[in-house]
Amino acid sequence: MPFDEMLTSDNLPRAPYKGYFNWHSEQKTSDLIKKSRDAENIFRKTGITFAVYGKEDSSERLIPFDIVPRIISGSEWRKLAQGIEQRVMALNAFLDDIYHKQEIIKAGRVPRALIEKNDAFLPEMIGMRPPGGVYTHIIGTDIVRTGEGEFYVLEDNARTPSGVSYMLENRETMMQMFPELFHLNKVRPVENYPKLLRQSLAAVAPPGCTGKPRIAVLTPGIFNSAFYEHAYLADQMGVELVEGSDLRVINGKVAMRTTRGYEAIDVLYRRVDDDYLDPLSFRPDSTLGVPGIMDVYRAGNITIANAPGTGIADDKAIYSYMPDIVEFYTGQKPILENVPTYRCSEPDTLQYVLEHLAELVVKEVHGSGGYGMLVGPAASKRECTEFAAKLKARPGNYIAQPTLSLSTVPILVKKGLAPRHVDLRPFVLVSNKVQIIPGGLTRVALKEGSLVVNSSQGGGTKDTWVLED
Amino acid sequence: MLGRTANGLFWMFRYIERAENTARLIDAGLRMSLTRMHGHEEEWESVLRSSGVFSAYSASNAEVTGADAVNYLLRDKSNPSSILSAIEAARNNGRMVRTALTREAWEATNECYLDIKAQLARKVSGADMPEIINNIKQRTGLIRGAFHGTMLRNELYNFSRIGTFIERADNTSRILDVKYYVLLPAVSYVGSSLDNVQWESILRSVSAHRSYGWVYDDDYKPSNIADFLILNGRMPRSLAYCYDKINANLSYLEREYGERTSCHETAAATQGMLREREIQSIMDSGLHEFLQDFISQNSRVAAEIADVYRFYQD
Repeated sequence: MPFDEMLTSDNLPRAPYKGYFNWHSEQKTSDLIKKSRDAENIFRKTGITFAVYGKEDSSERLIPFDIVPRIISGSEWRKLAQGIEQRVMALNAFLDDIYHKQEIIKAGRVPRALIEKNDAFLPEMIGMRPPGGVYTHIIGTDIVRTGEGEFYVLEDNARTPSGVSYMLENRETMMQMFPELFHLNKVRPVENYPKLLRQSLAAVAPPGCTGKPRIAVLTPGIFNSAFYEHAYLADQMGVELVEGSDLRVINGKVAMRTTRGYEAIDVLYRRVDDDYLDPLSFRPDSTLGVPGIMDVYRAGNITIANAPGTGIADDKAIYSYMPDIVEFYTGQKPILENVPTYRCSEPDTLQYVLEHLAELVVKEVHGSGGYGMLVGPAASKRECTEFAAKLKARPGNYIAQPTLSLSTVPILVKKGLAPRHVDLRPFVLVSNKVQIIPGGLTRVALKEGSLVVNSSQGGGTKDTWVLED
Repeated sequence: MLGRTANGLFWMFRYIERAENTARLIDAGLRMSLTRMHGHEEEWESVLRSSGVFSAYSASNAEVTGADAVNYLLRDKSNPSSILSAIEAARNNGRMVRTALTREAWEATNECYLDIKAQLARKVSGADMPEIINNIKQRTGLIRGAFHGTMLRNELYNFSRIGTFIERADNTSRILDVKYYVLLPAVSYVGSSLDNVQWESILRSVSAHRSYGWVYDDDYKPSNIADFLILNGRMPRSLAYCYDKINANLSYLEREYGERTSCHETAAATQGMLREREIQSIMDSGLHEFLQDFISQNSRVAAEIADVYRFYQD
């Protein structure tokens, strides 16, 4: 039996859920289902959609929203937050080291080849120290839970994590629909995220920037799957939402084309991948970036958040070294655990993985969005055989992990509540300090028994409450 | 503000205006086909011409039938001026400039798109036409209402309004130009029922068949119809009205930017001309030539605005 966060095995509510549970038992399921439809209408009306690539029809979709909140107690959160902060500090220290002295390699804790042959490692960043010494400014740490006080970090999203707009809209929707719940429970606010993000970005402006830093969000455009979020954050922060075609390098600064002429930008929160950022340095065919922005960056005249090359820190091949990395830079044992990870590149390990495919989750090192992975226990014999062939052909391309018994939180179904597996992505801001927003995005696998929470694979979201206690 | 944002607002409102005008044209065409006294469906050819899509339509359709023409104008994705294409383009522009719109203005646009897209997912039967045309007018009206009620009167507002009136002036002048010959004394048989139907259809295409009666005589008179749609500053779809609005919005921009440029001069000259000319002299020296000149002048104003306010990458 997986750990249910709301109910004990005797069907009694656990402490953080007591207030909600009592309220819920007084509601009629049919009313809640109606509310659930109202919520969907709010989302549809607002246009909170994400694009599904390669699907001609209904190319914009809603991510299903479940109205039962996921609730975390204050004490559980404190432990999580400490662990996340430790990890985020280590990530930034690791990036600084990797692009400078590479002491962790010299110390033999991380293999050199793993770094230098990695596509996410950018030689252009060698010797480069971003303003304020911060590499990864915005992080979404993916966390799963398996039991009371048992949390694991599944992934460190240190490049351009998305989903924060859902965290904000989910809360907004819950407050609109169930104001009484927020009287009954002391829920810590998340609404100030855009303000904190703006302050955080301003705090790492280039040293030469005097006066109020000019900030802009760089989006690939309206056809990007996360465009809604880009527009939402720019709007909430009160900064311009720019595309590559709006920007050019003028007099050693990156400037945007306004109706009055070009105006310089100091901080660029970019939601464009490294490869596309500068056609002069990276992919020459990119029209999404700004020719010459890397020169401006190296001259210290713009802050790019997150810095180019941060992908080396959240690469799945690096992930298994994270406990070492945390210890190496913080001098302390990691507070949060890593999921045990098998590196298929090592022959003995590969043999073990092949023999135990039916029990493991196998992931592509560079994959994302739940694509290209095998969930052993849910896969058919044939799927396992087919996957084994791929694994043998390119073992270095895969890692494997035991199938964790992810915790469940109930969702609302026609008959009432039913448990479904969840994960959690809290959002972290790094500038001259580390701020972790109390809450995050809870993704939930809507299919009974499913462990895949990705929105591209039929996952939904929930509002996530951290209680004040 | 970004030049691209100004451009996005400008086109968002051009497309909303276009969708609404196409709905009016279809409405006028349907009305004409009800009152038609001979078998030929020529009114649809003139509707397609007014919409500026006749040659594109002819390229993919062998003959002009009411059903095909309506379908082409309503929901053909290959027709950039079809209502479905225009509303989708308006909404895509709106999405692009989402940060410049109020929540109300954006939601009205988004809901218009979702609603019309669902309604136009399949071919529309004749019986459903009135409801659909009505819905399109209502939905675009809601966008306008939300926009007027909530948007700050700043440069964002000015660029949006300029887009609306450039498009409207273009539409009205094209409607007139397609039908200019029925307004010429030499070829019109004054008072014949055929002429009355033709004249009424012009007025209907701009929703002016009622207001005409309030302003002029009961009887349709070609020069009055031309005067109403070209020079009457009280008629919200006339060229004169559009240019008063374009100039008013350009003056705000001039004051805010502290700069008067070529686009201000061209627009002011156009406005001055519309204020000074008499309808009789326009008719005498050639209505068609006048309208052709106006259409290219109107495009020039739009191009100069795009240039001055950096709509595009140079």
